[in-house]
Amino acid sequence: MKKTLALTTALGMMASPVLADVNLLSWGGAYGNSHLEAYAKPFEAETGIKVTMADADNPATPIKAMVEAGNVTTDVASVEYADAVRLCDEGLLEEIDPSILVAAEDGTPAADDFIEGAITECFVATDVYSMVLAFDDSKFPDAKPASPADFFDLEKFPGKRTMRKGAKFNLELALMADGVPAAEVYETLATPEGVDRAFAKLDSIKNDVIWWEAGAQPPQLLADGEVVMAYAFNGRIFNAAQGEGKPFKIIWDGQIYEMEGWVVPKGAKNLEDAMKFVAWTTSPAPQARAAEFISYGPPRKSAAALVGNVEGTDVPMGPHLPTTEANMTNALPSNLDFWVDRDAELNERFNSWLAS
Amino acid sequence: MANALDPHAAIATTAGGLTDGALRTADGRPLVRALARSQALARRRAFLLVLPLLAFVLITFVIPIGQMLQRSFYNDGFSDHMPQLSQWFAENPRGAEPDEAAWTALATDLQASAEARTIGIVGTRINYDVPGTRSLFTSTGRQVRRGIEPPYQAALMEINEDWGDPRLWSAMREASNPVTGNFYLAAVDRKRGEDGSIQQVEERQQVYVMLFMRTFWLSLLITFITFVLGFPIAHLLATLPMRKSNLLMILVLLPFWTSLLVRTTSWMVLLQQQGVINDILVWLGVIGGGGRLQMIYNQTGTIIAMTHILLPFMILPLYSVMRTINPSYVRAARSLGATSWTAFRRVYFPQTLPGLGAGALLVFILAVGYYITPALVGGSSGQLISNMIAMHMTDTLNWSMAAALAALLLGAVLLLYWVYDRMVGIDNLKLG
Repeated sequence: MKKTLALTTALGMMASPVLADVNLLSWGGAYGNSHLEAYAKPFEAETGIKVTMADADNPATPIKAMVEAGNVTTDVASVEYADAVRLCDEGLLEEIDPSILVAAEDGTPAADDFIEGAITECFVATDVYSMVLAFDDSKFPDAKPASPADFFDLEKFPGKRTMRKGAKFNLELALMADGVPAAEVYETLATPEGVDRAFAKLDSIKNDVIWWEAGAQPPQLLADGEVVMAYAFNGRIFNAAQGEGKPFKIIWDGQIYEMEGWVVPKGAKNLEDAMKFVAWTTSPAPQARAAEFISYGPPRKSAAALVGNVEGTDVPMGPHLPTTEANMTNALPSNLDFWVDRDAELNERFNSWLAS
Repeated sequence: MANALDPHAAIATTAGGLTDGALRTADGRPLVRALARSQALARRRAFLLVLPLLAFVLITFVIPIGQMLQRSFYNDGFSDHMPQLSQWFAENPRGAEPDEAAWTALATDLQASAEARTIGIVGTRINYDVPGTRSLFTSTGRQVRRGIEPPYQAALMEINEDWGDPRLWSAMREASNPVTGNFYLAAVDRKRGEDGSIQQVEERQQVYVMLFMRTFWLSLLITFITFVLGFPIAHLLATLPMRKSNLLMILVLLPFWTSLLVRTTSWMVLLQQQGVINDILVWLGVIGGGGRLQMIYNQTGTIIAMTHILLPFMILPLYSVMRTINPSYVRAARSLGATSWTAFRRVYFPQTLPGLGAGALLVFILAVGYYITPALVGGSSGQLISNMIAMHMTDTLNWSMAAALAALLLGAVLLLYWVYDRMVGIDNLKLG
């Protein structure tokens, strides 16, 4: 299925003439739109280098097909961090020289301006999204939940919760709720005792959890009154709260964030322009602009102050971004290596735990 | 001599002086052979007609499924990219301590694999058996890419002492042979120990056997419920006058034509705690506001939604068989003194068996492989084995494991089909 998809995508792109100077492969939807408005259009206006955008279900899939077929029609692609590392490990990406990245306005070098892990051999982050706790404000008229510990406190905050059906994110959250500082979560989780501890904590709310699988489910469950708290992706909660006026509040304490960003497929035809595009779009101003279209935060510290209002409204976007300083106090960067290693094992245990 | 143009004369008898007694055509060939030849021609023509379908089925169905199933016992992720170490394993039997030759092979392979950027594939393969080792391979690969000096054992142990783990070496030995039964072992909660013996995995990691049992038990239960619900409806449909039964038939078919997702989502709206049914019960005062029933996101939800979705598959074959049952049989039984129950049990019901068999088999086989409904409404206790197959396909990307689970499921269904054939007879099956 994936292969056919990749094949048809690759074929589809082969048919289109390669006229542009930079061929950008993105995700479509609201996220793709942020790339078009904040990156592609201004870059074209500024440098005169034409940018042509195409969409894929997940741009990481066609990259593999293109590079292996020796017909690379994409110069820059937007992929998830995990895919970037995997593709880089398999030799399918060009290395990106970190010295091309633009320094912050006050002169801070790019390497220090980006948050930790945002630049790797083959990848430069464009935005940060996160798993956050959220609650229905109308269900808690008095005390409001404010931390992972509160999410696990059924006495103070009774009611059902919804969590993602899977080990990832939940085990980290359980440990943080059990008092493990964010910086030590993965260290603890690497030990058998740490895993036992996480499951024991999850046990304490097991009977009050509805498990979600699709990202659209948690806001729906909150809106239906089926749950009072949710552990979900920040963009989904933001859209329901901002776009549909739902009384949902996000708890940023204990958020777990992941990144998406640019990669350049091996053998890209317009390598030089591609690198120019990567450097320009990851400078602070365009990053801030992109965050006005979608509630994913810029990975550069100096970009945070430049973010204006939610596009088309007079509501400041800043407080809704995972990367805003106030929201980052107890944030945990998702550890990709850990999950690549332990995903299968911990998911089997999780499913066994779930079923018993 | 017979006239060759006369069709009636095409068959010449032995009267022409031929003495072997066989019938012959006009031109003297034995009739049997001529007949066979003309039939072969017709058969070939018929075969050409079905050829497009055959090719279609082969290309889109048999080959991909065969390739997928092959992954369940064939995985060359390690052996293909670690040739020298695989060679060493082939030459040294189990139990041999890794000597410097083995370490040299390991280091050379690691370096070559890191160079070719295939180290991730190797690590992923070993990670299936020893969780936590993928990063050992990739991080070591990054270091040895720049070069590595002998003695290799010391050098590798210095990079990461996990390289000395006997569990790792045992797993590498297993993986050095691309043909392996380990995925099937894992699919029944078993694993190979360091000495090669088959052991049960720890209790808290056991999940597949239980899910297989649950899948079959729930499928049986759902088949039974669809039978109990579907039989009277099918009977009603078959005995009502045409105009009324057509109207009722539409009620059966309408949900059948509706998208599966729409039906599943409607059940969510109806059954959830703040849903329609709970609201009505609270309004009627049957339950208190605090005691709302949990009817979805658990096994109950899976059973209700799947029963509804699969009901038409039971009703339709039953209905089509019942329509053909002559009502005078039951009348005859009654007139001979049978009670209505006896007439039903001894005369009517046995005649519905072909439809019942077809319906039950259809419902059961569909239920065993059901995926989307349990995923959406099953919660934690309503998950089936197909959800695990999906997880391995899309999340962990362990396609070999997914293939092994799917092969077991397929095997179990075929076994049941065989048992059914032996007990009831497959030719006794009627879809309409």
